[in-house]
Amino acid sequence: MGRYILRRLVQGVITVWFIATATFFAMHNVPGDPLQSDKAVSAEIRANLEARYGLDKPLMEQYFIYLANMAQGDFGISFTQQNREVNDIIAEHFRISAALGILAIAFAALGGILWGALTALYRNRLPDIVIMLLVILGISVPGFVFAGLGQLGVVNLNAALGFTLFPVGGWGTVSHMIVPALVLGLGTMAFLTRLMRSSMLEIANADFLRTARAKGLPANRIFRKHQLRNAILPVVTVLGPSIAAITTGGFVVELVFAIPGLGRYFVQAVQQSDYTVIMGTTVFYGAFLVFMVIVVDIIYGFVDPRVRLE
Amino acid sequence: MAEGAVQAGSRAPLDRGALLQLLGLGLAGVVGLGALLAVLALWTGSGAADGVDAATGTVTLALSEEPPQLDATRTTDQVSGRILGHVMEGLLRYDARNRLVPGVAESWEIGETSASFRLRADAVWSNGEPITAHDFIFAWRKALDPANASQYAFILYPLKNGEAINRGQLPPSALAARADGDRTLVVELERPVPYFAKLLAFPTYFPINETFYRSREGRYAADAEDLLYNGPFTIARWVHGASVRLEKNQRYWNADAIRLNAIDYAYITSDANASLNFYKDGKIAMTGLNSENLRDALQNRWNIRRFTDGSVFFMEFNYREGRLTRNWHLRRAMQLVNDPAELVYKVIKVPGNLPGASLFPVWLKGVRGYFRQEYPAPTTRVNEAEARRHLQLAKEQLGLTEMPPLVMLTGDSDSANKQSEYYQNVFKRRLGLDIKIDRQIFKQRLAKMTSGEFDIVMAGWGPDYDDPMTFGDLFASWNENNRGRYANAELDAAVDTARSSMDPKVRMDAMAEVQRILHEDAVVLVNYERGSVYVANPQLKGVVRRAVGTDPDFTHAWIEAPGQPSDLAATEHPSAEAEGHAGG
Amino acid sequence: MSEADMTTGTGVPSFAPVPTSATEAQVISRPSLSYWQDAWRRLKANRRALISLWIVVGLLLFTVFGPFVWRVDPDDQDLDQISKPLGPASVATVATAFEPWAGVYNTLGPLPDTSVAADRLLAPAELVAVGEATTQAVRLSWQPNRTAPGASGWRVYRNLYHPAPDHALGLPVGEILNPAETGFEDRLDLEPRRYFYSVLALDAWGAESSDYITLSVDVKRVITADEAVAKGLADDALELAPGDSVELAFHPLGTDYLGRDMLARLMHGARVSLFIGIVASFVYVAFGILYGAAAGFAGGRVDQLLMRFADFVVALPFLLFMILFRILFGVESGDSGIAPMLVAMVLLSWPATARLVRGQILQIREEGYVGAARLLGARSAWLVMRHMIPNTMGVILVTLTFAVPSAIFTEAFLSFIGMGVAPPTPSWGSMCNEGLKTMLTTPHELIAPALFISITVLAFNLLGDGLRDALDARMRSTE
Repeated sequence: MGRYILRRLVQGVITVWFIATATFFAMHNVPGDPLQSDKAVSAEIRANLEARYGLDKPLMEQYFIYLANMAQGDFGISFTQQNREVNDIIAEHFRISAALGILAIAFAALGGILWGALTALYRNRLPDIVIMLLVILGISVPGFVFAGLGQLGVVNLNAALGFTLFPVGGWGTVSHMIVPALVLGLGTMAFLTRLMRSSMLEIANADFLRTARAKGLPANRIFRKHQLRNAILPVVTVLGPSIAAITTGGFVVELVFAIPGLGRYFVQAVQQSDYTVIMGTTVFYGAFLVFMVIVVDIIYGFVDPRVRLE
Repeated sequence: MAEGAVQAGSRAPLDRGALLQLLGLGLAGVVGLGALLAVLALWTGSGAADGVDAATGTVTLALSEEPPQLDATRTTDQVSGRILGHVMEGLLRYDARNRLVPGVAESWEIGETSASFRLRADAVWSNGEPITAHDFIFAWRKALDPANASQYAFILYPLKNGEAINRGQLPPSALAARADGDRTLVVELERPVPYFAKLLAFPTYFPINETFYRSREGRYAADAEDLLYNGPFTIARWVHGASVRLEKNQRYWNADAIRLNAIDYAYITSDANASLNFYKDGKIAMTGLNSENLRDALQNRWNIRRFTDGSVFFMEFNYREGRLTRNWHLRRAMQLVNDPAELVYKVIKVPGNLPGASLFPVWLKGVRGYFRQEYPAPTTRVNEAEARRHLQLAKEQLGLTEMPPLVMLTGDSDSANKQSEYYQNVFKRRLGLDIKIDRQIFKQRLAKMTSGEFDIVMAGWGPDYDDPMTFGDLFASWNENNRGRYANAELDAAVDTARSSMDPKVRMDAMAEVQRILHEDAVVLVNYERGSVYVANPQLKGVVRRAVGTDPDFTHAWIEAPGQPSDLAATEHPSAEAEGHAGG
Repeated sequence: MSEADMTTGTGVPSFAPVPTSATEAQVISRPSLSYWQDAWRRLKANRRALISLWIVVGLLLFTVFGPFVWRVDPDDQDLDQISKPLGPASVATVATAFEPWAGVYNTLGPLPDTSVAADRLLAPAELVAVGEATTQAVRLSWQPNRTAPGASGWRVYRNLYHPAPDHALGLPVGEILNPAETGFEDRLDLEPRRYFYSVLALDAWGAESSDYITLSVDVKRVITADEAVAKGLADDALELAPGDSVELAFHPLGTDYLGRDMLARLMHGARVSLFIGIVASFVYVAFGILYGAAAGFAGGRVDQLLMRFADFVVALPFLLFMILFRILFGVESGDSGIAPMLVAMVLLSWPATARLVRGQILQIREEGYVGAARLLGARSAWLVMRHMIPNTMGVILVTLTFAVPSAIFTEAFLSFIGMGVAPPTPSWGSMCNEGLKTMLTTPHELIAPALFISITVLAFNLLGDGLRDALDARMRSTE
């Protein structure tokens, strides 16, 4: 077990190094650089600017300096927010993206399991048909359309009520989070509902369920202990990748709801060619995802006795 | 089969029981979610107030982006400028009617090549220390120091030795500015600068307390507590990427005249729709409108206001060796099919924008009145036949049978997309000329503009100070911002005349000469003068919009208690509602 | 089978053995169904999948042949009909060409008086429309108020509704800084409808008089004879006399923000979106197959190395790198930006397929039936043709069907954040992005492309489900 985790961690570190290298060279080959500005500057000032950010050194030297700093957890100073360290930027904005993501996952998982179980229970009857139609909508409509419609809905709701039930956007209180998290979780919720439904139906025909019925166990107990519990397993498996999808998929929701998350910040940084922020964010997200996958694999090993970690 | 029958038979009780169990599970889930929300609530913080709050004198607004740089010597952008304009003050400032009035300086004398300022005794930093002449000298030296790499250092070039210091030929201490005691500042100028007084309200001219600056060890202006303030407001709280809250500076020398207690930039969003939704919801006091949501604003019966922000947008040609756009007939042909009125009225569709006629916008002051009223811009009417004749001549001169496609460099904003798509179609339809749109993100577009990889570039220029020169020298051969490298001795001479003469008539005549050359030589095709429309909470009064300087300016604003008749307030403060154009 | 199995409890045999030779029992009496025939039969039985298949075919026809049927240039800008909702064609009256207006100058007008504040100013008088109000221009003229002189300028508002009772004057369409100029020409986005114009006086500082004067104006849709000919609405300008009616170009699904035909743009946008969706998926799935098959066949150290690299690529945060690569490969002038997006998508998406194919190959190699076939003397070619291909093709085809909608979504997402295809190339994603901004006023600009994206994604998803049910070798025994 310990050796397995160690091996996975070593692989993870190599993966992060790979991500860092890919990002570094991708970024430095992009035409244009963060020192360009609306007002043209003289060659002397340009040279001074380059020296300040170390951009005057050869590329390979810059790469090794960057790796050395990264190993110490230092991503440097932002080009656009000229007085802020990238570490601070990530710490501040990721907290917000993470809160939003956790909530969205929670919504998606809860909704997915409940709706999925319900549809399986009412297979081919009205609740099943209605929910599956909604699921189809959730899977086939792009996230940004949901985000726009969601915000519009909030505006109209508040106008109809005469007071602010949910804020239109921004960040700060719990009420700020609910609508964006719902919107963000919708796609995943639809996906999980579908998964839960098919998993429930598959298990309904499983041998152990037949045995349980034959033994004369009460239907309620079979449903809870055997069908539901086993059907949830595949849903848990996909939660890991879903976390990744939701944390990065937060871009659109953050843009539309004016949430100061890391995703929105990343898009801005790319548009401004802010090298340090782009590299810091990418490496951080990469490391985060790698870590999440390892954690999910280990947890899964505990949950499902059939899986053996070697 | 038999199994199916058993299932069917037991379906009803299973349903009910299972449903109850699901409900229980759901309930547990909701409780869990509630707990999660509660934890998250602890993690984040408190909510925001309403757009205007008369009781506390707070106005809540949205910023389009986080202020990137609040070090006045290095700042370049509008958002930072807007914050700095409220929390800092230079020697002079603009009042509610856009007149230059005393700031830190209580009196001044500006001669041809020298100036002296008497600083007021009650002007203090937010830590209580008095503002001295040394604070100005320190800031100016800092801004000009090549090591500081300030991109706006050029605005200090009128100071004697300023340019030489910035180019590294002289040490910063060589700046010809000295303190005569703590309260008198004497400067020498490189040459006569007719608009010198107007520069003094610009952020690069703001003072910095040297002791404080050094105490921050490179973190100056990084956070709210890393700045010393001397303006009407201070930054009370700055949550990066989320909000900036300004509060009234009780130590400001003119604090009695400031009526707002706080300006809370509670949201940071560049999304126009999100901003509009905040306004609809009463969360912010002011928001811009765009062509997409104008009708919505009309349906809401809001009071819509307009304002010209002072910038001019144009298509600039590339005059580098080997470029087809060096050919006058080609440029003239394009000039003859360009119809700015169609662009403004059919494509941009926002009132306040004016069809472009000249590089010099309508609000610039001339000898007595407006420059453009004194020197009307030469105009061109759309004439497709004449344009095609010029295109034919261009082909003959260039020895081409077919004109290859021209590359039009443009940004990636929505408005840039719309306009480049429109112009691509115009040149194709009216002239049969193919345009390739080269759409690039901000920094890449700038890199291509600098290296000259374009035939035509969609560009714009905003004023730095309130004088026609801020536009007039743009196409001088020595100007780094002349991205197309246009060079014309006649134009250079006119710019030189306007730069060195102190006689307004001579200067404006020279600027009119520049206007004529730009048109006749088809140097640029001016598309439009940017304007905008916006809505503001009717309780919010006295907000100043201007083309040059802090915009929007809340320094003189106040909030009227609800129910109070508005014209009564207007009578009490008849001068405060000054909106529209900048003036000196 | 023993005889006892076929008897009932009574001991009387219910069934008698059929006296046939052993060889006859081995004859297959029904026609043999190949793998694909069987799959097709099962797919046909799945109604949802079949409908989806027809929708996909329909979409492809729409994309490929649509532009030949609806021959409208998607870049053609009909500036007379901007953001027109779907509906019948409009009719315009022929008018003479637009001539610039000299304006109205009131030479005898009072001089501006900077000492007069706005609250002492009154609205101008005699507000009238000059000439006919058309979609070309609305011209107004007025007289300064004699009882309260001293105005420094005028501001003109225009509203769709009457300003009463709450003084909602509407859009500030004009501002005149010269008090002697007492006329205004409005050309801003005029539509054939009734407008309410209000004019008020300004003081020297731009403050408004609270008093205003309102005039309602009915605007008529016009077109000049030359424009009508240029747009192909009439053959000869000389045949059109002012006052004649001309039917404007017909746009069945309306127009967008530059007056471009929505139907034509949807067709050309389909070319981009479906092209990216299908080509990107094909290329990366193909690459994944090659890569995975190579790893699977090679085995050992090479396999380890290849798959480790695939793991690295999988670990790259997809959207972040999508954006990075999109910028890295850049878009040259005049490019549509499709190629860089394709390259980025392929570079980031292949490992999933590679892993899948490798796993399949490793698995099938060890299957009992492969071993049995080998024992029976099957050659490798037979093994590949009969077992490997059919057994992996199903999985690959299903992967492919699910890859298409996700690629379409990715394109739409990139277009939404402004990193998609370059203008004027239309794509469903970029059209949605534009449409979202005008969702409230002109919803048709959002609904049409969003509907197309949704239907396409849905069709491919359901088709994928159906294909999985039909093709999956293991599923064949169940149900």
